[in-house]
Amino acid sequence: MKKKWSAKLVLIIFIALAALAVNWVKPLKMGLDLQGGTHLVLDTDMGQIDPADRADALNSVKEIISRRVDLYGVAEPVIQTAKVGDSNRLIVELPGITDVDQAINLIGQTAQLDFRTDIGSESAAASPSAYVFASTGLTGKDLKKAGVSFAQSGNQAGKPVVDLEFTGDGAKKFAAITQANVGKPLAIFLDEQLVINPIVNEPILDGHGVISGNFTSEQASILSIQLNAGALPVPVSIISQTNISATLGVASINQSVRAGLVGLVLVSAFMIIVYNWPGLIAVLGLIIYGLITLALYRLIPITLTLPGIAGLILSVGMAVDANILIFERLKEERRADRPFRLALELAFGRAWDAIKDANVTTIVVALILINPLNWQWLNTSGLVRGFALTLLLGVLTSLFTGIFVTRTLMRQFLKGDHD
Amino acid sequence: MINWLKYKFIYFGLSLALLLTGGYSLITSGLRLGLDFTGGSLLEFKVNAPINELIPVIETETDVASLQVSSDGSYILRSSSLDSAKNMVLQEKLKNQFGQVEEIRFATIGPILGQELIKKTLSGLVLAVVFILLYLAYRFRDKTFGICAVLAMLHDSLIILGAFSLLGVYLGVEIDALFVTAVLTILSFSVHDTIVLYDRIRENRRLRPQDSFAVLANRSISETMTRSINNSLTIIFMLLSLFILGGETTHWFVFALLIGTISGTYSSPFTAVPLLVLFKGKA
Repeated sequence: MKKKWSAKLVLIIFIALAALAVNWVKPLKMGLDLQGGTHLVLDTDMGQIDPADRADALNSVKEIISRRVDLYGVAEPVIQTAKVGDSNRLIVELPGITDVDQAINLIGQTAQLDFRTDIGSESAAASPSAYVFASTGLTGKDLKKAGVSFAQSGNQAGKPVVDLEFTGDGAKKFAAITQANVGKPLAIFLDEQLVINPIVNEPILDGHGVISGNFTSEQASILSIQLNAGALPVPVSIISQTNISATLGVASINQSVRAGLVGLVLVSAFMIIVYNWPGLIAVLGLIIYGLITLALYRLIPITLTLPGIAGLILSVGMAVDANILIFERLKEERRADRPFRLALELAFGRAWDAIKDANVTTIVVALILINPLNWQWLNTSGLVRGFALTLLLGVLTSLFTGIFVTRTLMRQFLKGDHD
Repeated sequence: MINWLKYKFIYFGLSLALLLTGGYSLITSGLRLGLDFTGGSLLEFKVNAPINELIPVIETETDVASLQVSSDGSYILRSSSLDSAKNMVLQEKLKNQFGQVEEIRFATIGPILGQELIKKTLSGLVLAVVFILLYLAYRFRDKTFGICAVLAMLHDSLIILGAFSLLGVYLGVEIDALFVTAVLTILSFSVHDTIVLYDRIRENRRLRPQDSFAVLANRSISETMTRSINNSLTIIFMLLSLFILGGETTHWFVFALLIGTISGTYSSPFTAVPLLVLFKGKA
């Protein structure tokens, strides 16, 4: 008796083929350790900064540049501060990039932001060029971040506005400036260019300013990007650029890939020996798991490093877990003399509770570390975020292959006379 | 059926012995932080020598965190303990061995993992622990389940930290960015493994409401033992082959995962559940 192929099976074959196609067409981004990349040296101009604050300023340049090149922690750059004599420099290494312009684009405008007050005659308000501006000492260094939100009340209610959040120091300066300039403009300059010239409505003491001005949401978001991009505390220039080789030799990479293959063969053999036909189906599920994960890495794209390969190989071991849970359950149900079909459905049903609770916790832990809402008190960049993102992808993919794929295959191909 | 829980004080004793040894080492010597945490130096130089002959010579003077070739034909060396005095000695040595050495720059470099990142990751973990406590309290209708799962997770992370503190003291093993990801992986593995066992307790409680909690727990440990061992074996196969055959750079990363997997598997039936029985016995 031959059963017709179910729609689910067709879907699985389609997804596996699509993943295979992606793996075929799209290249995998490889990290500095596997492929090398660009090594840039940035110099900062600390002339305006008090010597005692220079280390802090350099660190904040580092943070901002990290955020620009590696928002989700998956690009795997190396960003380090470097001191040579009196100069405060930053080393930025970007994997897989050999073109300077591309690198500079990634680092973004190295613009400088500052706030200025109008000291010209007030009657000149008709044209902005008539203003005479004076620096207030409030600069990009004091701005923590800018963002877009919607006004809650007043005549602007429901319209997009730009929120400013200042650092502790910045909040104090901002409070003093707004107190002294109620009803007057406070201009924002980016690299000597006037960006916007909003009027101070009231003194703002808590370091949270709002710029409203009949913006469309697009205008508001452009302005907030400009403000964030300009939030570098000091001028920065690229002083040297060179390409670097991979940190690891080819030998080391080959060794690890071979080790991974040996491990995969061991796991497959183990599964087939212990669980027979269901074990073989689990191995098929694992192959599909590998294809989908690698396809996602190429699409996002996630930069693959040697430790990333090790993590991926480990996640294969963890992906088997759902199968082992189900198969052990299946054995128990069979021992209780249930017919194969019924035992199979019961095993999937009962194992699901455990799988669900165990995976919900992992998913939430991963989400907390990814911090998708960009809460400032959690990670907003860097390696922990990237790690959590790959963990999340691994769990979701393994749920799909461990449950949906293996169940469909088992329903389709196993009749129960082989176990 | 084996009476697993009869020996619970042996398990506690074993865990305690390991935790105290590791904890003592952690308190007295701490962890050996690598370049990723502490920063160090970067030396760019030109010398006429192949990279694989260069590394052993440099290693006689200082540690090599990484050595790369740039497109200008120079070498870029990163090292956590290279200072200007050592730099002079090193260049002298290279000159004797390979001929002329040209220093292009020598800079003090900062860490890759800042204090900020560590602090924020820890606050993230605190939030995760709070979530685990709440979620397990909700799913198992009982707050002790979450508390014991978190205690087992703490047990596993302290075992890894303690082991690496000892490795630092005796073998000079340094911890790096990879170590942080290994610990995070084990934290989630540990809770994952514990919940599977909890789920069986929940189910048995429904099927056999007449049994005492200790009997239920014991039955659940027996029933999930094969799954637990088989599952860990697949991960251990992977890790062992990476450890034995894999590249040098991932050696200690894989080792951290290996310790964590073993500890995470052990701690579900032998730490989390016995603790649970202990709490329940009192209640």
